[in-house]
Amino acid sequence: MLTNSYVNTLLFAVYPYICLVVLLIGSLIRFDREPYTWKSDSSQMLRKRELKLGSNLFHYGVIVVILGHFAGFLAPHWAVDWALSPVAHQLLAMVVGGIAGLTAIVGLTILIHRRLADPRIRLNSRKWDIAITLMLWLQLALGLLTVPLSAFHMDGELFETLTSYVKGIVTLDGGAAALMLHVPLTYKLHILLGFTIFLVSPFTRMIHIWSGVGSLAYLFRPYQIVRTPKTRADEPVRS
Amino acid sequence: MSHFLERLTYLSRRRESFADGHGELRDEDRMWEEGYRLRWQHDKIVRSTHGVNCTGSCSWKIYVKSGVVTWETQQTDYPRTRPGMPNHEPRGCSRGASYSWYLYSASRIKYPMVRGRLVKAWREARKTLGPVEAWATITADEKKAKAYKAIRGRGGFVRSTWQEATEIIAAANVHTIRKWGPDRVVGFSPIPAMSMVSYASGARYLSLIGGTLLSFYDWYCDLPPSSPQTWGEQTDVPESADWYNSGYIIAWGSNVPQTRTPDAHFFVEARYNGTNVVAVTPDYSEVAKLSDLWLHPKQGTDAALAMAMGHVILKEFFLDRKTPYFEDYCRRLTDLPMLVRLRKDGDRFVPDRYLRQSDLAGEKKSRHKASKSDRAAWKTVATAEESGDLVVPQGSIGYRWPADGEPKGRWNLEEKDGETGTDIRLDLSLIDRRDDVLPVAFPYFGGTPHPHFAGNDQGGDVLIRNVPVRRIRLADGETHVATVFDLLCANYGLDRGLGGDCAKGFDDNVPYTPAWQEQITGVSAAHAIEVARGFANNAEKTKGRSMVIIGAGMNHWYHQDMGYRSIINMLMMCGTIGVSGGGWAHYVGQEKLRPQTGWTMLAFALDWVRPPRHMCGTSFFYAHSDQWRYEKLDVSELLSPLADPAPYRGSMIDLNVRAERMGWLPSAPQLNVNPLTLAAEAGKAGVEVKDHVVAGLKSGKLAMACEDPDNPVNFPRNLFIWRSNLFGSSGKGHEYFLRHFLGTRHGLQGKDLGEEGREKPTEVEWRDPAPEGKLDLVVTLDFRMSTSCLYSDIVLPTATWYEKNDLNTSDMHPFIHPLSAAVDPVWEAKSDWETYKAIAKRFSELAEGHLGVERDVVLTPIQHDTPAELAQPFEVQDWKKGECDLVPGVTAPQIAMVERDYPDTYRRYTALGPLADRLGNGGKGISWNTEAEVKGLGALNLRVNDSGPTEGRPRIDTDIDAAETIMYLAPETNGEVAVKAWAALGKITGRDHVHLAETREDEKIRFRDIQAQPRKIISSPTWSGIESEHVSYTAGYTNVNELIPWRTITGRQQFYQDHRWFRDFGESFAVYRPPIDTRTAAAMLGKKANGEKEIVLNFITPHQKWGIHSTYTDNLIMLTLSRGGPIVWISETDARKAGIVDNDWIELFNLNGAIAARAVVSQRVQEGMCMMYHAQEKIVNVPGSQITGQRGGIHNSVTRTVLKPTHMVGGYAQLSYGFNYYGTVGSNRDEFVVVRKLVKVEWLDRSNPVDPIAEEAAS
Repeated sequence: MLTNSYVNTLLFAVYPYICLVVLLIGSLIRFDREPYTWKSDSSQMLRKRELKLGSNLFHYGVIVVILGHFAGFLAPHWAVDWALSPVAHQLLAMVVGGIAGLTAIVGLTILIHRRLADPRIRLNSRKWDIAITLMLWLQLALGLLTVPLSAFHMDGELFETLTSYVKGIVTLDGGAAALMLHVPLTYKLHILLGFTIFLVSPFTRMIHIWSGVGSLAYLFRPYQIVRTPKTRADEPVRS
Repeated sequence: MSHFLERLTYLSRRRESFADGHGELRDEDRMWEEGYRLRWQHDKIVRSTHGVNCTGSCSWKIYVKSGVVTWETQQTDYPRTRPGMPNHEPRGCSRGASYSWYLYSASRIKYPMVRGRLVKAWREARKTLGPVEAWATITADEKKAKAYKAIRGRGGFVRSTWQEATEIIAAANVHTIRKWGPDRVVGFSPIPAMSMVSYASGARYLSLIGGTLLSFYDWYCDLPPSSPQTWGEQTDVPESADWYNSGYIIAWGSNVPQTRTPDAHFFVEARYNGTNVVAVTPDYSEVAKLSDLWLHPKQGTDAALAMAMGHVILKEFFLDRKTPYFEDYCRRLTDLPMLVRLRKDGDRFVPDRYLRQSDLAGEKKSRHKASKSDRAAWKTVATAEESGDLVVPQGSIGYRWPADGEPKGRWNLEEKDGETGTDIRLDLSLIDRRDDVLPVAFPYFGGTPHPHFAGNDQGGDVLIRNVPVRRIRLADGETHVATVFDLLCANYGLDRGLGGDCAKGFDDNVPYTPAWQEQITGVSAAHAIEVARGFANNAEKTKGRSMVIIGAGMNHWYHQDMGYRSIINMLMMCGTIGVSGGGWAHYVGQEKLRPQTGWTMLAFALDWVRPPRHMCGTSFFYAHSDQWRYEKLDVSELLSPLADPAPYRGSMIDLNVRAERMGWLPSAPQLNVNPLTLAAEAGKAGVEVKDHVVAGLKSGKLAMACEDPDNPVNFPRNLFIWRSNLFGSSGKGHEYFLRHFLGTRHGLQGKDLGEEGREKPTEVEWRDPAPEGKLDLVVTLDFRMSTSCLYSDIVLPTATWYEKNDLNTSDMHPFIHPLSAAVDPVWEAKSDWETYKAIAKRFSELAEGHLGVERDVVLTPIQHDTPAELAQPFEVQDWKKGECDLVPGVTAPQIAMVERDYPDTYRRYTALGPLADRLGNGGKGISWNTEAEVKGLGALNLRVNDSGPTEGRPRIDTDIDAAETIMYLAPETNGEVAVKAWAALGKITGRDHVHLAETREDEKIRFRDIQAQPRKIISSPTWSGIESEHVSYTAGYTNVNELIPWRTITGRQQFYQDHRWFRDFGESFAVYRPPIDTRTAAAMLGKKANGEKEIVLNFITPHQKWGIHSTYTDNLIMLTLSRGGPIVWISETDARKAGIVDNDWIELFNLNGAIAARAVVSQRVQEGMCMMYHAQEKIVNVPGSQITGQRGGIHNSVTRTVLKPTHMVGGYAQLSYGFNYYGTVGSNRDEFVVVRKLVKVEWLDRSNPVDPIAEEAAS
């Protein structure tokens, strides 16, 4: 069915934009309307054991994976080509991504065990808390499956196709979806699940990623901030 | 603006850096702050409080937001104290602050609930029958009745409606009254002061229909019998602000910061003020850490320490040198100068009763001949210091109730001869005027062996001391007399230079020296001397500002009155009672019901029918939960070695039966017939009802129900519980309640006297098999599913403390303040007032055709504070044994005939009745005309318009009407009444007291006033302290300063108790008695072994930190702060012995039952005892017990009530009965338990097998 061009267009041309729009608008609405739900919902208070190891492994791994995806798919050719051949690029992606992905999935497995096995945490979990961790696990697993798969296509061609597709989506290229028509199923599922995660993120604890990015502002912040009671007053702020 | 869009203004934002770029000034959006503002925003604040029995009585702000109670904070607007004193705020504690949790919690009762099997049977029966007939058939069908009784406490409630629930209740009441008698309908509710209107609602309904109200104060063991014994007063104590005025405080068995949290700041402020503070507690408690010195006597032996301190004070401040202040105080205000007759007993003499005026006929040295009046038997005699003449000083109880024609106004403490009016000064001691020195015998209990308490063997149980005496000739021959002071010194073992056995110094091991007590208590003699000296020294210098704050740690022991009296002795010797900053500060569960006399009219329906039926809770539960069948304590163990044991043969309940028969204690149910039938029978026979009853009792045709409590005719049938967790926190002998009272599964391990083949009671019919399930209907009103609710048949959802209007007062502060409805009762809850109103309405409707205007015979005991208390001046005589004639109100209960209009119950409930105008109002022996107040109330509450018997009467429709009625009638809240009351008292004392209230005569405190701010009450003769701008409230103030006598036989504070039973039980003077041996633990050792080591520990149940006082431990917030379930504290040493580590599940058990809980292993606890905080709910996190195979019990599962004979005494001045004033008490600290590790923790969640037979029977 996934090779049907109509379905292909729906899934790889329309669906991604639905997901991205929901992600952006949804996050925005939640940020504005439900500011008190904007949090990572840490369960550290309920149980410390397993959390430190699982969370660290998962987060470090997944941050590398995400940065890798950004760099790999969105970096323009000229920024990469001078240093890496497409083959080398793919190899690098497979090695680094593979190691980081394994780290992340080990961490996430620990976290899932903790979430399901500890009755206190289980009781304090919302359905979405469990669903999103399972989705992430599946996504990592799919991503890792692509590593051996890629080993059969060491020529970098498939890699190039995928890169073009992602760039096409980002650059609003309506024809990008056609590229996906004959990509192996694992890749398709990985991409679809990835967009689905975007789709559900505003309704889950995943919104804390925004804050994670936002927290970078702390690096540039002065030690003390004084907020005046006047908002954008006409008169100059008293100093 | 949107939070997000705001972020987009990043570039246009004004930013100014300062501090070299380390800081930045921004004008960014601050909308996020709104969140915090909204968090604390609310729609309204309403003043209410917590109707809980902690005595705290703190005014709270209740916050309401969108119709929901969100949180509460402390009110801080109490009227100020005077300059130089700290203010009352802040009042309130973290536990009170957690209360709003209950309103919307899962444990909230939302709808009327009825036991499933009962409601099934009911609906079935109702298809064909009317309500009353339906109830009759259900209860008459043994199988049906057993089916729903046997399932009590095991779930199975179904949601019902108000209409159905009130119909079942009303039908049950109508049927019970018609078939068995109105006294078979019983109600239990404690501590009116915590919510007066709510108490009054059920009490008013029950009083109108002739039901029985059970007392709580004695049953809770919070009543200190020592107080009525010593002062003729239930309990009167200083307000907590008065602690600040003290120079020396001993906190004795009272954990002030933990259990008196809102008042504890005065305790700390007193320390800043320079007050010396000593704590006496066996465990390292919170109060210990606040004190300068912590003494930790072995638990239960405090009396020995106090006796030693008394010994030191008497020796150093009375004998070695005279202390003018102490001497003067004791001479004028205590019974120390009174003369006591000595009875010859072989070679020795034994202190007998007080010498009375009636003894004096023929005595030459007397200034007057014996009076012919029978009051002469009630006037005590002393010696005039100057002349040595025998005189009859004013103020004794004979002067309180002068016979017709005798002069009034001599009941006061002026130093005057009562007969001649001449000035006299009484002689404390006869040592300088003695005719002889005689060997006098005193009982000694300190050597009594006990498996767990060290004694101090003195080689016998009688102490012989030399006492200076006078020889006098009386009507019945020559006799010897001694003053109470001389006998007291002899009892304390002091050396008067008269030879014989006595202590030569503090180091002698002679009772009751500091060295003697060391062996018993473990407190060093030096510490005992140091504290006694410091205490008395301070009192001498400050004229009495030494105080003892005393609490449940002392009062919950079997011999609590010995502990208390030995301490009260110290307080009286040092002249501290009635002095601001001094005195006896007992704060245990009483909560002063300040507008008492206004309230009694409403609560007991005195405006419609008098007298109400009252019953002593302890004696009632002892009899009807059949705890008497398992009695292990022999009366002979308690008797004085100097007493003739013959009159005391039999079991403990025999004495109680005799006490009820002789009119000492009340009785309920009262007679072995329905009292509604007696009037008709008498009519047929053509005699007065009273004579008919007397004749019936004498001939044996009629009998008191107490003589056969297991006969179905005498069962209590319907029980109302409200404002209480009777079966849980208050059910001493919980498992006995389950078995006999309720007839459900129980964990009882012991056998009864019949099964054990022991001696059975002689006065009581023994029936086999023992009855199970005496109660046909148990109705509980509560806002949460408590243990009691679980065992009830009908549970009615009541309003919480934030959902009703009511009144609240305390003895901790002098203010009256309200409970107010911040929100309407949620779900289908109703306030108690509305609930009983609804029941009354349905009852009135159902009564038609079954009950009309009925004549009811009511038996009441001989009441304190009435002329009847002059009933039995000398010997104890039982009419049933032919020792005297049956004279109602003198040798037997009073018998009254009252008329009840059953179909009019509802109308009477909601209107103030005519007896208020006709008979007036009053209390504590004073009465006044109250027509003006009835008129005023008519204008205030409006009058009933409907034609009928209540037309034109003042309305009492709403809870606010009820509150206004209380406040309008009471002297404490209506200045006019206060003036009237003081004037009425002045007629009896012959002195002017009106000045105490005159300045506030115009004041009327109304309900809306106290909603605006708590109001200080007006001084009233109901209480012995005053409210003024010059002195803090302290008990006994008017006795000392206005010379109003104490309401005792001598009119003075009593060191000596001369009633025959007190003498025979060895307690005429305070002595040390070790805890009793309840014999429940050793019998279980190794009987049901589980392989773990078993140890035996004393079982102590103090009030807790993580629940709202002694009732509410199911609050999730508090449970979270603690360990979330039942815990028991044990010492490290004992834990090691039994292989227990902290947080282990352990099991505590004895013959009474078993408990499963977690162990808290702590250095705080002394070896040999364990502490289980009172009232940890059976419904929260309790696993199964391996002993009983059932859910691990509640703290009362291992206790059983044991009565004390001296508490049954009545018909004798201050020892006459009063509701919640005197009577048997439910002590529980002498109990021992076996403790061991629980090997298998079973939650029994899915294994609550229902008995298939019962199941079948029910289906």
